[in-house]
Amino acid sequence: MKVDLRKLSILVFALVFSFGMLFAQDHGQEHNGESTHEEQEGHEAEAGHDSGLSHSYCGGHEENGKYDPVTTVMEHIADANEFHVWKGVHLPLPVILYAPDHGWTTGLSSMFEHGHKAVDGYVLNHGRVNRVADPSFPKGEVHIDGILRQTEKVIGPSGKEEEMKEKDTFYACYEGELYKLDKPSTVDGGFLGGGITSFYDFSITKVVFSMIIASLLLIWLFLAVARGYKRNEGKAPSGVQSFMEVFFVFIRDEVTKPMIGEKHYERFQPFIMTLFFFIMFVNLLGLVPFFPGSGNITGNLAVTMTLAIFTFIVTNINGKKDYWEHIFWMPGIPAWVKIILTPVEILSLFIKPFSLMIRLFANISAGHIIILSLIGLVFLFGNNGESVGGAAGGAVIGGLFTAFMNLIELLVALLQAFIFAILSASYIGAAVEEHDHHEAHEGAH
Amino acid sequence: MGAIGAGIAALGAGVGIGLIGSRAMEAIARQPEAVGDIRNNMILTAALVEGAALFAIVVGLLAG
Repeated sequence: MKVDLRKLSILVFALVFSFGMLFAQDHGQEHNGESTHEEQEGHEAEAGHDSGLSHSYCGGHEENGKYDPVTTVMEHIADANEFHVWKGVHLPLPVILYAPDHGWTTGLSSMFEHGHKAVDGYVLNHGRVNRVADPSFPKGEVHIDGILRQTEKVIGPSGKEEEMKEKDTFYACYEGELYKLDKPSTVDGGFLGGGITSFYDFSITKVVFSMIIASLLLIWLFLAVARGYKRNEGKAPSGVQSFMEVFFVFIRDEVTKPMIGEKHYERFQPFIMTLFFFIMFVNLLGLVPFFPGSGNITGNLAVTMTLAIFTFIVTNINGKKDYWEHIFWMPGIPAWVKIILTPVEILSLFIKPFSLMIRLFANISAGHIIILSLIGLVFLFGNNGESVGGAAGGAVIGGLFTAFMNLIELLVALLQAFIFAILSASYIGAAVEEHDHHEAHEGAH
Repeated sequence: MGAIGAGIAALGAGVGIGLIGSRAMEAIARQPEAVGDIRNNMILTAALVEGAALFAIVVGLLAG
């Protein structure tokens, strides 16, 4: 049994890393086609922009354009309302939408027919639900001619000509008219194309779906381990239990015990272990390039923010008197320094979870962006299918670098989980620590 | 501009983490028995340095 398990796991890993490349390439190829038509639409739109927006270019679907690496990468690391499984195969996910001026809209994301149908003014724009901002747009199910992308110059907040930024705006084409789409509703708003919007999206998105899968895997694994501990009470661990015990002992001896201290570490052991294993599992799941994986879970600010808020709450709820004293009125220093130090300490209270959030998000996102860019070399060198030799060269270079990046990402997935856990533990440790150094303070006074 | 800012931030973090790594190596060479403690603290400090750099990179992203 044991040998079978080992063989199986080796086989699975081999499959993941060899087929992953092919899947990723296949995926990119399809995307190439997609961005082609969208780019073309954009060009047509720009051409038509001067003569006032007319509907003649609404249905234009000519396959002639260029591969846009930045847009492709950004779309791949963003969240989506449907799960892309295979070329042309999408797993529909439940959508739960709420708009204050309309109420609830629920259903499966397949009801949008990949952007060809609007339901209650919602449309699917590259996998994300968008809402038509115009209230005159018909409610209920209507067929639309497609979604149009336009690159517009937006004047920055300072209003200067030089600070013009190029921004993509999307329009839904319906009966020859263009309706502007609102931004998608996300908490990571500013970073990945979301923003202030007129609706709330409570859907089970790709990221939520991946998190549920990761949680189910974790529950399944840990129930097996728990059964093992019951069965082998007082005996040596066996099976998967002995594999996981290494991690448990590591977290206890290297993270919680030195950081929180002998007296309190047992109370926080479950919390730190939950953080560690959840982050590690979703990181690893995000590295799997096909169906159940491929969700950029910890590369989503909303996810990392929630994790950081948990740490923030646990830290401050357990804050002892000493902890608050050191924040609001640091003992043992002159009064005028205290006036400077107190605001700094209060700020650092919030900067700590904020940096936890940004660190995890940026590390995982950066890894995904690098891998997607390397895969994108195939299309960039291949010159949109014109140069087969270039594509082959790109595949060799991109493939080799992707293999190395995947190994580095494997390290980063574990390292970031460890860093999140050890930093959380050290913040909690600082909160529960009871100093016995009043004598030292007395000396300083 | 954002890309230049991100590059400078990466430069700073690279120097910082390099210093941490070099000193940790020296410390391990001097006291091989303390390798566990040194490694933990090294990773922790590197994470803190990296955090500062990531702030700069996110600001760079925002500035576009």
